[in-house]
Amino acid sequence: MNTLTDHATRTAVSVKGLCKAYGERLVLDDVDLTIAEGEVFALLGPNGAGKTTIVRILSTLISADSGTAAILGYDLRGEAGAVRGVIGVTGQFSAVDNLLTGEENLLLMGRLLHLPATERRARTSQLLERFDLVEAATQTPATYSGGMTRRLDIAMTLMGRPRLIFLDEPTTGLDPRSRQIMWQLIRELVAEGVTILLTTQYLEEADQLADRIAMLDRGRIVAEGTPEELKRRMPGAHIRLRFADAASLDKAAREMLEGTRDDEELVLRIPNEGGIRSLRNVLARLGDDVAVEDLSLHTPDLDDVFFALTGNAPEEKKS
Amino acid sequence: MSPVTIAAQDSATMLWREIKHSIRLLRLLIVSAILVPVVMLLLFDYILGGTIGRGLGDAARGAPYIDYLVAGILVMTVAGGCGPTAINVTMDMTGGFVDRIRTMAVTRGALLAGHVGVSVLRMLVATAAVTGVALLLGFRPKASVADWFAVVGIVAAFSFALAWLSAAIGLVTKSVAGANGSTLPLSFLLPFLSSTFVPPGSMPAGVRWFAANQPFTAVVDSLRALLTGAPAGNTPYVALAWCAAIALISSLWAQASFRRGGAVT
Repeated sequence: MNTLTDHATRTAVSVKGLCKAYGERLVLDDVDLTIAEGEVFALLGPNGAGKTTIVRILSTLISADSGTAAILGYDLRGEAGAVRGVIGVTGQFSAVDNLLTGEENLLLMGRLLHLPATERRARTSQLLERFDLVEAATQTPATYSGGMTRRLDIAMTLMGRPRLIFLDEPTTGLDPRSRQIMWQLIRELVAEGVTILLTTQYLEEADQLADRIAMLDRGRIVAEGTPEELKRRMPGAHIRLRFADAASLDKAAREMLEGTRDDEELVLRIPNEGGIRSLRNVLARLGDDVAVEDLSLHTPDLDDVFFALTGNAPEEKKS
Repeated sequence: MSPVTIAAQDSATMLWREIKHSIRLLRLLIVSAILVPVVMLLLFDYILGGTIGRGLGDAARGAPYIDYLVAGILVMTVAGGCGPTAINVTMDMTGGFVDRIRTMAVTRGALLAGHVGVSVLRMLVATAAVTGVALLLGFRPKASVADWFAVVGIVAAFSFALAWLSAAIGLVTKSVAGANGSTLPLSFLLPFLSSTFVPPGSMPAGVRWFAANQPFTAVVDSLRALLTGAPAGNTPYVALAWCAAIALISSLWAQASFRRGGAVT
């Protein structure tokens, strides 16, 4: 195992000035990315933002028009073969063989990876076990649920023990329970030290899984940072106080100069940029005789950030 | 491992995959690859054969029509394998599977090698089965052992050529229906516009020249001569030359289309 500092210093993905156009339409416009080894990096954006194009370029499926990219030290252009040896890709569309059983699909991967027969079989049964596919092993994916097919897909990707895994919209179209299982699987992979580049249009998913997020809009990266950093860039954190009666609201509003009041709901919103310190301050100024019914803290979520940066509400759900 | 060993291993893996596929689709394949040519054999021999046979004159060499017909039916059997091959290739290319293969360190040509190899295998098995049925129906070949070897060789070469051609068609079509439709001229039109059922000389002037000189006729004529013990002349060489030309052009076309599919090489 590598130590934590070791991870932080090594680069898994390094991309500079990536551009790609289909005819007149520019799909990637000067994209820079740096992903450290062992990191989960999320590309977040609506449909058509260019997420899949980045994955297809970095996984050697298509070439960029300009720019440079290195994957775990291998140049994407000159050493595509070496790149393929260290990556695993689970695309947006199922890449399982529908005429082979789950077990045969894994064995096929083992053969294509040139694993010796004994290792091939051992690894197949390990992965079937781990991905809860033992009972379905002798059936073809035609009989699988969406979640099972996705699990088989990722198990196939893991057969070769890749050091960098691309997951293109890994939970799109899955039911909530399958999504939870998928998130758990991704967290386990990270614990093993694998680097993950995932794309998603779900803000919650990026927030839950990613160490760092790049927000992509119309082929450009519009923001990049940890989920916390991105949220902090967004003004609008506030304390929300709800009072028992109008008199208490009046009294509190006189004390808090910068609050905005809502007389109908008996609510006072006070900007809160300073976290706990300013919360303590607010509570001290309220005094004992003000009847506070309810107190809540509001921090902006990635939705707000995305909206603020692009002027578009991200697409929430896709079938 | 040397690149050649790896290439051989990858191709064997893809061959294994396609054999598994064929076993899964066995019932479908038996219908399209064996039953259809057998029905054609029955239709043309039992139902139309009396009149056609009498009309053949010298071309029949005094034998029953079935002895004339079988060579053409064998060619139809091989051509009938084109549809499934094109469909299998299209399904691979339009699904996510080929992208997975392309992101792995797998020999580039292995996937096509697997398709073509198993396609030839299926065509040979189907031809053998149809030959067996023809023998049961009264087909009496007069071929020597050497002739039989030549027959197998020509059928194999023709299968190889059409397997590459249908793989190339499968690569350039965008849908399964398109792949099936695009092979219909091979499996139905060209056999009729050849010496499969009647000599091209008896056809209308407009198609006569085409029917007499197209590759299917060369293959049918050479097989017929070998099976019925008639002098084959140079027809086997003409047939093999056609097969080589079709295989060469189709395989270049297929490989170029596969590369155009987008992978960084």
